[in-house]
Amino acid sequence: MKIRNLTKKYDENVVVDSANFEIPQGKILSLIGPNGAGKSTVMGMISRLIARDAGIIDFDGKDISRWKDRELSKRLAILTQQNSIQMRLTVRELVAFGRFPYSGSHLNEEDQAIIDRSIKYMELEEMEHCFIDELSGGQRQRAYIAMVIAQDTDYVLLDEPTNNLDIYHASNMMKMVRKLCDELGKTVVLVLHEINYAAFYSDYICAFVGGKIEKIGTVNEVMTKENLYEIYNVDFEIMEIEGKPLSIYY
Amino acid sequence: MISFIKNHTLTLALLPVLVILSFTSLFVGVIDVTPASLFSGDQETVLIFFASRVPRLLALLCTGTGMSVAGLIMQQLCANKFVSPTTGATISSSQLGILLAMLFMPASTLWGRALFAFLFAILGTWTFVFFIMKIQFKDVVMVPLVGIMFGNIISGITTFLAFKFEMTQALTSWLTGHFSSVIRGRYEIVYLVVPLVIIAFMFSSYFNIVGMGKDFSKNLGVHYKGVLFTGLTIAAVITASIVVVVGSISYIGLIVPNVVAMYKGDNIKGTLFDVALFGSLFVVACDMVGRVLIAPFELPIELIVGVVGSVLFIGLLFYRLKHGNRAIRRVRQRGEATT
Repeated sequence: MKIRNLTKKYDENVVVDSANFEIPQGKILSLIGPNGAGKSTVMGMISRLIARDAGIIDFDGKDISRWKDRELSKRLAILTQQNSIQMRLTVRELVAFGRFPYSGSHLNEEDQAIIDRSIKYMELEEMEHCFIDELSGGQRQRAYIAMVIAQDTDYVLLDEPTNNLDIYHASNMMKMVRKLCDELGKTVVLVLHEINYAAFYSDYICAFVGGKIEKIGTVNEVMTKENLYEIYNVDFEIMEIEGKPLSIYY
Repeated sequence: MISFIKNHTLTLALLPVLVILSFTSLFVGVIDVTPASLFSGDQETVLIFFASRVPRLLALLCTGTGMSVAGLIMQQLCANKFVSPTTGATISSSQLGILLAMLFMPASTLWGRALFAFLFAILGTWTFVFFIMKIQFKDVVMVPLVGIMFGNIISGITTFLAFKFEMTQALTSWLTGHFSSVIRGRYEIVYLVVPLVIIAFMFSSYFNIVGMGKDFSKNLGVHYKGVLFTGLTIAAVITASIVVVVGSISYIGLIVPNVVAMYKGDNIKGTLFDVALFGSLFVVACDMVGRVLIAPFELPIELIVGVVGSVLFIGLLFYRLKHGNRAIRRVRQRGEATT
């Protein structure tokens, strides 16, 4: 996916200012940056949830706006922060919606098999018949990821998947995301607040400041003292743990 | 087989009760019609049976099914358990439509009035939903309150116009729902409910997805606004076709889907049939009470539904405020099929 001159304005306020970058296939790209830097807006635009004001989002040789909704939903899945869902569905019913772009409401045996696999993959077999509003935050997030897996897309976009999760569930979530990429070969784009999760679990980092891309590159290229100071305006120490540059700040 | 019974306990419990009650309802009334006299081929009995009793039962079943399914659709689409044809201004809008048809086209047939009722019900419901989508109330109880207010404004206009043009008497028949005027040749519009409910069933997954929100729909390639307004249109037409024949029947669209959801969750595909059954049962039962209570006279069903419904509604309100969307049955057994 190639993004050229992507721009978004709210009235006169430019939130995203001609962003240019590419999403590397089969890798994890994390979008980081301070609040209001425009990273979530970029995510919204590349997943066609938010309308853009200018720019090109080239997905497989065709601009994303020229894709048919149904076709695109077989190639690209987006998970935003789901905290207001009122509906009482069981885990299995939720995961089954992932097959909707393929089979609509009539699920065939192949769909059922895929649903089974996705539930198993996210280790939700025990609770597949529980209602999602009775699960813990971590379990619910896993159920949504299972739905995305059932959707069987090449691209998976996750908007702050670790939000509202405690450290245990958040790091488990990040391990799951890594598995999505390594084992299932998906291209993953994340919006993350916690930079060490971005540093440890992703391949590339794209840092936004004030609507512009400040730094983009491999984890090692971006995670330096100087860069992080420019992005967050806070002093950082970088330590290497398991070959990854992790930051310390206070 | 055992898992089938386990999955459909509610359906299997409701169905026989509805059949028995419906059968009984055919033989309740001022003029004695018994199965024996019917089979003896008595001319008058046969006439009453087929011109009045059977149509009445069919109208009752269509009303129960229609109102509760309309409520179910509206609740799902708006993702709010308190939205229904009563609390979403659908009923009052269709009444206004009927009155305007009577005013401007005094010679209009039942179908002409029905068309007006459809149009206004659709417009009223759309306006209401557009409004609540724009404002985004934080508190779920605000939505039905706004709906009730909006509905009352429309009713106010209707009443004012009716007074002004001396139509109050004619209008009363549509303000209070009753089945006493249902006879052959005058109620068939209500059959529209059947194809519409079938369409609703076919679209049920779409309604569920839209109920999960705009982003969720878009992710799955579902056109949010298109489905939202199609669904509301179906619910509005169902409601209006009932209002035009029997008048306003409140509470059913509100209570029935809520009670069923407490047991079976919100997957429309799995609950629609139960909602229809339970709705029919509720209406048939209330109608029978209305006919028996002060026999040989008859109480309008709206009165009975209103009394029973308001008590249930208050109970429901407390339950929802205390438990949110929690079900009565907390964890489902493993091994149940869900789709």
